[in-house]
Amino acid sequence: MHALTFPAAGDGSGWGSLPPIIPHPLELIFGLVTFAVIYWVVKQKIMPRLEEIYAERAAAIEGGINKAEEAQAQAQAALQEYQAQLTEARAEASRIREDAKAQGAQIIAEMKQQAASEATRITDTAHKQIEAERQQALVSLRNDVGRISTDLASRIVGESLHDETRQRGIVDRFLAELESGDVVREKVGAVEGEDS
Amino acid sequence: MSIEAAVLPTQYEPPGTADFWIPLIGDGAWAFTRASLLALVSVGLIWWWLHATTKKKALVPSMGQMGTEAVYGFVRNGIAKDLIGSKEFLKFVPLLFSLFVFILVNNLFGVVPPFQNPTMGRIGFPIALTLVVFVVYHWVGIKKHGFVGYWKSLVPAGLPKAMVPAIFFLELITDMFTRPVTLALRLFGNMFAGHIMMILFITGGWYMLNSGGILPIFGGVTWIMTFVMTLFELLVEVLQAYVFTLLAALYIGGAVADEH
Repeated sequence: MHALTFPAAGDGSGWGSLPPIIPHPLELIFGLVTFAVIYWVVKQKIMPRLEEIYAERAAAIEGGINKAEEAQAQAQAALQEYQAQLTEARAEASRIREDAKAQGAQIIAEMKQQAASEATRITDTAHKQIEAERQQALVSLRNDVGRISTDLASRIVGESLHDETRQRGIVDRFLAELESGDVVREKVGAVEGEDS
Repeated sequence: MSIEAAVLPTQYEPPGTADFWIPLIGDGAWAFTRASLLALVSVGLIWWWLHATTKKKALVPSMGQMGTEAVYGFVRNGIAKDLIGSKEFLKFVPLLFSLFVFILVNNLFGVVPPFQNPTMGRIGFPIALTLVVFVVYHWVGIKKHGFVGYWKSLVPAGLPKAMVPAIFFLELITDMFTRPVTLALRLFGNMFAGHIMMILFITGGWYMLNSGGILPIFGGVTWIMTFVMTLFELLVEVLQAYVFTLLAALYIGGAVADEH
C-alpha cells in the first residue's frame, strides 16, 4: 500500500519503495552485532566496575557507621568513668569531712578532759598546800599559844613553869581537852583574886 | 524537500517512507545505510562514555560517573530488581542496561545534531533487539522450569480443566507472537512516526514560509511548533527506551517466576 501511495525516492532502488516494516537484512545484522558489542562491554568491563563501586561505597558507609558507633561507645565509657570518679571524689571528700569533724570533736574532748584534770590537779595541790599551811599554822599556833599561855601563867605564878609544863605535857593535854570540849571555863577573877 | 519544490506550491511533496532509506555505500539488501552508521557511532560513543566515566572507580564520583551511576542504578534497581526479583535479577542487569543505553542513545540521535536520524526508525534494529529479548526470556524460562514445565507454567495454576486448552492457546499466542511483535513495533512506530512528523513540520513550514499570501504566518507558527515537537520527541525517545527495557525485564521476570 505504502509503495503505491508514496512515490519512491527516485534512486531506482527497490528498498526505498518497500513498506517500512520490511527489515533490511544488513541493518538487522548491524543491530545484532552492535548490540552484542555493547552487551560485551557492559558485562565484561562496565558492570563489574559499577558493582565494585557500589560495594565499596556500601562498605565505606557501613565502616563510617561502625566508626561512629565505636566513638560513641568510647565517649559513653569515658562519661561513665568520669561520673564514677566524680562520685568517688565526692564520697572521699565527704569521708574526709566526717573524719575531720570526728577528729575535731575528739581533740576538743581531749582538751576538755586535759583541762579538767589539770584543774583538778591544781585544786588538789592548792588544797594540799592549804591543808599543809593550816597544819603548819596550827602547829605554830599551838606552840605559840602554849608558850604565850605558859608565859602568862609563869608571870602570874611567878615562876617559870616552862620546863615543868613541857615535862608534863600540860599544854598539849589542855589543848586536846579544849578541842574535845571537856574544858570548863573557870572564873578568871577567882584566880586573879587568889593571885593578888 | 528542495527549495525548488517549495517555490511551486503544487510541487510540495509530503515526507514518506522513502525518506528513511538513506544508503551510504552500495545499494539493495546489503547496502551500508545511514542507520547502520549511526548504530556503529552509538557503539563508539557508549563504549567511550562508559569507559571514561567508570575507570576511576571513585567513591566520591565526578559528574560523569554520577550520571552513569544514576542510569545504571535506575536500570538495576528501578527496573531489573523490581520486575525480576532480588534473587535472580543481577545476571540480567547487563542485558537490560545495554538495551537501555543502546536504545536511548540511538533514539536521541533522532533529534540531536548532526545525527538527526533515529536508528530505531529502521525496523531492522528493533527487530534485532526484540530477537535478543525473545530468545533470552524463552531460554531462561526453559532453563528454570524445564522444557515441558515452561510451557505448563504459561497456564495459571488452579484453573478449571476445561479452560486449560483455551488459556494455553491464548498465552502461547501472547508469548510467541504478541509480545515480540508489539515490542519491536512499538519502538519502531514511535521513532518512525515521530521522525516523519518532524520532517513534515520542518518541510511543510519551509514550504509555507516560501509561499505567497497568508501562508508564511502559518509557516512561522509551524516552525515554532517544530520546537515544541522536538521537546516532545525527546520525551518520547527517553520514554520508549524505558518502556522497551521495562517490558524486556517484565517478560524475563515472568519467565523465571516460580508461579505465573
